[in-house]
Amino acid sequence: MSDSLKKTLLFGAMALLLVGEGVFVSWNSALGILNFGLISAILALGVNLQWGYAGLFNVGIMGFVALGGLAVALTSMPPETEAWSASGGWRILAALVIGAAVVALTVVVQKKVSKGRAKLIASLVILIGGFFIYRGIFDPGVAFVEAINPASAGNIGGINPGGENYKDHGYMTIIGWIVGGLLAAGVAWLIGKTALGLRSDYLAIATLGIAEIIIAVMKNEDWLARGVKNVSGLPRPVPYEIDLQNSEGFVATAQGLGIDPVTASTLYVKLGYSLMFTAVLVLILVGAQLALHSPWGRMMRAIRDNEAAAEAMGKDVTNRHLQIFVLGSAICGIAGAMMTTLDGQLTPGSYQPLRYTFLIWVMVIVGGSGNNLGAVLGGFLIYYLFIKVEVWGPEIMTLITSGMADDSWLKEHLIDSAAHMRLLTMGVILLLVLRFSPRGLIPEK
Amino acid sequence: MDFLNALVALSNFVIIPAIAYGSQLALGALGVTLIYGILRFSNFAHGDTMAFGAMIGVLVTWFLQSMGVSFGPLPTALLALPFAILGTMALVLITDRVVYRFYREQKAKPVILVIVSMGVMFIMNGLVRFIIGPNDQKFADGERFIISVREFKALTGLKEGLAIKTTQGITVVVAIIAVALLFWFLNRTRTGKSMRAYSDNEDLALLSGINPERVVMYTWLIVAALATTAGVLYGLDKSFKPFVYFQLLLPIFASAIVGGLGSPLGAIAGGFVIAFSEVTITYAWKKVLKYMLPESLEPSSLVQLLSTDYKFAVSFVILIVVLLFKPTGLFKGKSV
Repeated sequence: MSDSLKKTLLFGAMALLLVGEGVFVSWNSALGILNFGLISAILALGVNLQWGYAGLFNVGIMGFVALGGLAVALTSMPPETEAWSASGGWRILAALVIGAAVVALTVVVQKKVSKGRAKLIASLVILIGGFFIYRGIFDPGVAFVEAINPASAGNIGGINPGGENYKDHGYMTIIGWIVGGLLAAGVAWLIGKTALGLRSDYLAIATLGIAEIIIAVMKNEDWLARGVKNVSGLPRPVPYEIDLQNSEGFVATAQGLGIDPVTASTLYVKLGYSLMFTAVLVLILVGAQLALHSPWGRMMRAIRDNEAAAEAMGKDVTNRHLQIFVLGSAICGIAGAMMTTLDGQLTPGSYQPLRYTFLIWVMVIVGGSGNNLGAVLGGFLIYYLFIKVEVWGPEIMTLITSGMADDSWLKEHLIDSAAHMRLLTMGVILLLVLRFSPRGLIPEK
Repeated sequence: MDFLNALVALSNFVIIPAIAYGSQLALGALGVTLIYGILRFSNFAHGDTMAFGAMIGVLVTWFLQSMGVSFGPLPTALLALPFAILGTMALVLITDRVVYRFYREQKAKPVILVIVSMGVMFIMNGLVRFIIGPNDQKFADGERFIISVREFKALTGLKEGLAIKTTQGITVVVAIIAVALLFWFLNRTRTGKSMRAYSDNEDLALLSGINPERVVMYTWLIVAALATTAGVLYGLDKSFKPFVYFQLLLPIFASAIVGGLGSPLGAIAGGFVIAFSEVTITYAWKKVLKYMLPESLEPSSLVQLLSTDYKFAVSFVILIVVLLFKPTGLFKGKSV
């Protein structure tokens, strides 16, 4: 079987699965899976860039996804005007600048001052003194902002120019995607600067920690994006269902097509998202493919396969690693921003490493690390399975236990727990692929 | 008097909890470090191995409780511990046979083994959720306190009270026994010595006729015992919740790396370093400072350096600092 035929067949099968979902379950559910599948595919592309091209082991994907979501909230919501006074938002901003300056100063001292006791004492004095100055300025600002109307706000808001009518400025969310990418890239640069020199499993632990810290910050810093109180009602780049249902033209068209206007409106919205996400996916995929086949991509793979040899050829390994780490993380940030847009709300409590980090790894490994099309296929397929196993699990379990007595506790327990089958299934799939087809469904050429 | 009060408050809120937490981390980190030393990969499934062991502990405890068996003032879970260890040993041996051995024979790169352990993590996590569900489970029984705040105050007449929970006492005692057994095994027995030899230099060990599969098997058995003990103790001390064990992975790895991966002594030291830093940095010092400082200097705020929600950040920062300045850890570990 030729290579391109295999790819066509695999993608065709994936499309059939989605069409089957549409025909046998509902088109709403099919489009829902498609949309999240598109986002998963973008995430998988980002991770594939880091792991497949460069061999960087990043298990902090969740953190970058969350940063993307944060960026959407900070971009698309209107500013809380009351919070932006000298004793509120500006004060916090000043404190953050001072905090950054303290860290920068410590780094300079570490680099410039010659080794000895003076260096240690100077760094400690700067760090400890700086910390107290920072907290002294920061804490009152936070208290001020969080005291303003805590039930509905208590945060600094975003930069949407619309004010009261911010929902009319849906394009701001799309700007939020770009901001999400930039924010994730910035944080990735900071992490990369400190952690990329480490060996692979240290880098893994480091990124795992960073992701937990990012989530902790988002949960606890209420002034930023309301923490666990969530930011809901984010504006959308697509129309609202209710507006469509009230528009006579839309209702007439829907009825003309023989679809119930309510269903038609939800389909219309989801389809709108699908088109946007597809556009982003295609853009990133084409970019990644071009990069892979460019001299830069060949250099990356050369570094991955033999770092020492590449270094001997004069390649700057550390900087190239930093570059690709930032790029891949930025893509994860964009995907995270899109996910939050699709949800319509930012819920820091919902970020779980199994779902947002390790599941993405399953996608990349199953799809085929080092191959962009493989990553995309893996994204769709694993997300589809992740959703469907939760549905199939109880159904299969009901079938298996149908012989048991109806009031048996075991039967009840088995059916209740069947929903947890999906983690188990994901693990089994990952292990099976690693064992019998370690290069994935669509291997690297 | 004020000094004594300060000391008691400090012990009550910082020293005792940190010692108990440090013992739990040390036991967890020992498991990670042994796997790293012998099998040469970072085992991401370790947190979930602990959860699995603790889960069997919880189930056996429930069974014993329902049979009316109790351990007097001590928690019944201690009686369940040996069964839990046996169950976990079975699980990890099966995992090794079915999953890891294949990659060992292939001499796969360590990073591949890490990814494989991610798959094992998913499966173990799913198993635990499937069997016992994702919720909090209580299984501690017996006497709650060795000494309670009221007793202590009546005994000493001090204003501050000191409470030592039974679970904290047990944690420390069991941890000491476990570590003593481990070191006796590693230093005094033939198998233990062959394990250390294998860890130091694989080829040399093979040349001197050490059977690698046997070494690996013993490693898994010990790791299962350590992980289960750590898991049950942590569950007794706090409460059993599957997801929490996954989150323990970070401080455990931090302990193992800070101490020096591959070094058992380092893992213990690392566990206490991490535990003490986490507790001291997230503790509100107002209570202690109140006694130590003259009234005019009494702090108005809580004097808490970081909110408790940032305790992960503490272990993480220590980890990064150690990695940057002393990549092999406090006790010379491996740096492959």
